[in-house]
Amino acid sequence: MKLLTHNMLTSHVKGVTKGYPLLIKATEVKVNEVEFNPKFVCRMIPKLEWSALVQAADQLGHREDLPGELVPDYEKNEDFLKKVHRVLLEVEVIEGSLQCPESGREFPISKGIPNMLLNEDEA
Amino acid sequence: MDCDVVNNMNAATRRTKEDKKVLKKQQKASHTLLKHEGISTTPQPTKSLVVANGGLGNGVSREDLFAAVKQFGDVESLLMPPQKPYAFVTYRFEDGARKAHAQLNGQKLQSGENSVTFYLSYVDSAKHREEALVGFPEGLTLVEDFVSLEEEALLLAAVDWSTSNEAQKALKHRRVKHYGFEFRYDNNNVDKDKPLPAGLPDECLRVLQRCLQDGLINVLPDQLTVNQYESGQGIPPHVDTHSAFEDTILSLSLGAKAVMEFRHPDGRAVPVVLPERSLLVMKGESRYLWTHGITPRKFDLVPACEPDVGSNSGLTLSKRGTRTSFTFRKIRYEPCCCAFPSACDSQEGTSPYPSPSPSLPRCHADATLLEEEYVHRVYDAIASHFSRTRHTPWPQVCHFLSSLPPGSVLVDVGCGNGKYLGVNPQLITVGCDRSSALVQICAERGFQVFVSDALSVPLRTASCDACISIAVIHHFSTLKRRLAAVRELVRLLKPGGQALIYVWAYEQEYNKQKSKYLKDHDKQHNEEKSKDTPEESQESHEEPSVFITSHVERDVKDASKMTEGRLSVHTNRTAFNSQDLLVPWHLKGRKTHGEEESSGRFSSRGEPSPDLDSSMSSDTTNSPDSKCSPSDNLSQIPGGSSVPVFHRYYHVFQQGELEQLCTQATGIKVQHSYYDQGNWCVVLQKE
Repeated sequence: MKLLTHNMLTSHVKGVTKGYPLLIKATEVKVNEVEFNPKFVCRMIPKLEWSALVQAADQLGHREDLPGELVPDYEKNEDFLKKVHRVLLEVEVIEGSLQCPESGREFPISKGIPNMLLNEDEA
Repeated sequence: MDCDVVNNMNAATRRTKEDKKVLKKQQKASHTLLKHEGISTTPQPTKSLVVANGGLGNGVSREDLFAAVKQFGDVESLLMPPQKPYAFVTYRFEDGARKAHAQLNGQKLQSGENSVTFYLSYVDSAKHREEALVGFPEGLTLVEDFVSLEEEALLLAAVDWSTSNEAQKALKHRRVKHYGFEFRYDNNNVDKDKPLPAGLPDECLRVLQRCLQDGLINVLPDQLTVNQYESGQGIPPHVDTHSAFEDTILSLSLGAKAVMEFRHPDGRAVPVVLPERSLLVMKGESRYLWTHGITPRKFDLVPACEPDVGSNSGLTLSKRGTRTSFTFRKIRYEPCCCAFPSACDSQEGTSPYPSPSPSLPRCHADATLLEEEYVHRVYDAIASHFSRTRHTPWPQVCHFLSSLPPGSVLVDVGCGNGKYLGVNPQLITVGCDRSSALVQICAERGFQVFVSDALSVPLRTASCDACISIAVIHHFSTLKRRLAAVRELVRLLKPGGQALIYVWAYEQEYNKQKSKYLKDHDKQHNEEKSKDTPEESQESHEEPSVFITSHVERDVKDASKMTEGRLSVHTNRTAFNSQDLLVPWHLKGRKTHGEEESSGRFSSRGEPSPDLDSSMSSDTTNSPDSKCSPSDNLSQIPGGSSVPVFHRYYHVFQQGELEQLCTQATGIKVQHSYYDQGNWCVVLQKE
C-alpha cells in the first residue's frame, strides 16, 4: 500500500463518523524507486488530503522536511515535487495494519494489501 | 462436371524422378495425416484409401472427387469430413483401391478454379471411420464392423422374445427386453437393489471383453437393454438418466442400419448413421448432455455432404429393416456429478442426494449466504485460472478510460485481475475486489489494490473522478443489493464524475447478432480462438459425453428450468432461460495452457473466454493455487480426468433494466447506455 492509496482510504465501520485518516501501524515498510514524473505529481496534489499525507509520512518516519501546509506555486518547485513523489509513490507499507481512529477497528495489511472487509455486524 | 483428371504418367515400373517426388510427397502426406489427424495409413492394400488434398477443405467437391474415383471400381462409400483437406474412399473390392492407388496418386485434379494434387494411402477401414467422425458430438465414437456376421447371428439368437416376463415389454414403438436390471419407464430409473434373475447373456461376454481390451470401457457393464425396432419404429429423443448409469454407454446395432439423431440443447443436430454390426460408444458430453433418438420412419435419408455432418455420406435413401440394438450400461451407485448439471437429475434437486442448487434468496441473510457460497468462494477458488483467461481489456471500456482527463482518480470496484488498472497510465488508479486471491494477482502486477465489498467501499465520499464496475453488479442476488451497489459507486464520485457499469445481458442475441459468448460455441468446434474475449462469460463444456439408447424420455430443457424456486443451472454458451441462475465454471487446474492447446482441444472444451470479469468475490484467504476448498459447490467428473466444476450465481439483466436500476439511485443521470457483446452498459454522471 502506497500512501497515495492510504490518502483515499477511510474506515467504513457502521456508526463511525470520523473514520479518516486511518492510523498506520507498520511492521514492514519498503521504499521502491519509481520514475519521477513532475507533471503527474502536480496533478495528484490537488486530489490529496494534504494533512493526512503528512501525518502518514510522519507515522512511517518518512516525513523528512515535508511542510505541514501545502506550499504555493508547487508546480515549479521540483525539490518539493520530488519529496511528494517519494512519500506518495515510493514508500510502501508491506505488513502491518490500518486502524480506525474512532472505533479502533484494525484492518490487516499483508503483502502490501489492506483487507478492508467488515464483518456482518459492522457493515 | 468440369472435372478433369490429367493422366500424365504411365504405370511404369521404373522409378523416374517424377515418381520419386510423388512417393516422397505421399509419404509426407501420410505422416501429416497421422500426426495431425490421428489417421494411420497402412502400406498393405485394403479396400479403403485416404485421399490427401481431396477434401472439402481443399475446395474439392463431392461430384468431382466421385468422378475421379469411380473409374477404378465400384465405390462403396465416399466420406468427406467437413473442412478437412482429405477424404476417404472405400471400394467394394480391394482391386478398385489398388487401381486408384496406382493411377490417381500424384495426379492433378482440376475442380473449378482449384487445382490440387492427390496423394493416396491405404487405411484400415474400421479404423479410419472411427477417426473420421469429425463433427460428431464430443465423446461419441462409432466403431464399424465391431462384430462379425457370425457374432451378429449369435447375439440375435440369444434374445428369446417368446418367453414373457416382467423385464420384457412391448412398448408403443418398439420391443424391449432387459437383463441384469430392469429399466423402469415410470420413473426412468432402475431398481438398484432388485437385480433380475437373468444376468447378461453369455453371448455378450466376448464382445464386452473386446470392448475392455480395446479400452472403450474400463469396467464390464451389468445392465443390458435390447430394443427391437421394426421398420417405421423409433425412440423419442432422450438422455439416459444420469443417476441410473455410469458414464460410458455402449450400443451395438444388429440386423439393420438406422440413423440416430443427436441434439445439443443449443439446437445443433447431428445425424449419425449406425450401420449393422457397428458399436456406438457414448461418453462425456454425448452421453450426458446431447439427446439421442431415432425418428420413426421407413426410409432414412442419409446426408450426402452437409457441411456439419461428419457421418457416412454418399448414401441417399436407405430402407430400414428390423434393427435390434444391444445397449450395455453400468449401474451407478453414487450420485452423478458430471459437468452438465442442466441435464443431470442428480444435480437438479429431485434426487435424494444433497443437491448443489440453491434457491433465490428471500431475505438479506439468504442473499449474503448465496453470494458467499456462489460468488465469493468461487472466485477465490478459481482466481488463478480465471485470471489466465482474462487478459484483453474490452475496447469500449478502454475507450471510456482513455477519455478521462490526465490525473483523474479512477476506482475499479470489482477489479478482478486488474486488467483495466493499467490501461491509461495518466490516471491515478486504485482497484478493489472481494476476492483476496484476485487482489493478490493485481498486487503482484504492481497495482494499488485492497480487498473490500462493493456495497461498502472504504474510500472517502466524493473522492473519485471516475468509477468502473465491470461485470460485478450481476452477482448481487436481490434488487435491493444491486441498487445499493450502484449507490455506493455514486457516493464515491465527485460531482460531475462518471461511472461506467457493465452487466451481463439476458439477451445474448441482439439486433440479430449473436454475442461472442454464443458464437464462440460454434467456433469452438473448428478453430482455436482467442482465449479472452471480453466480458462476461466463461467457459463452456468439458469433455464430452455420451451415449445411447433407450429410454429416459426426459426433456433436457425442462430439466434446466427452475423448479420450486431453485436456481437453474445454465448450460455454457447457450441462451439464458432464466434471469437468475448458476453458471458453471470448469476449472482447468494443473495442466498448462500449452498442454491443452497442443491437444488441439483447448478451445473446444470451452475455455473460458470471456470474462466475467470479476466481481467482488471472496473473503479471505485462499491462495490462488489452492485446489478449491471442498464445498457442495464443487463437483468432480467421475472417472479419470477430474475437473472441478464451480457454479457462480448471476442475475442477468434484461434490456432497460440497468437504466431503470440506475435511475432509482438519486443524484445521477444516465448519460449513455448501450449493448456491448452480450452486456448491458451505462455511463452515469453524478449531478
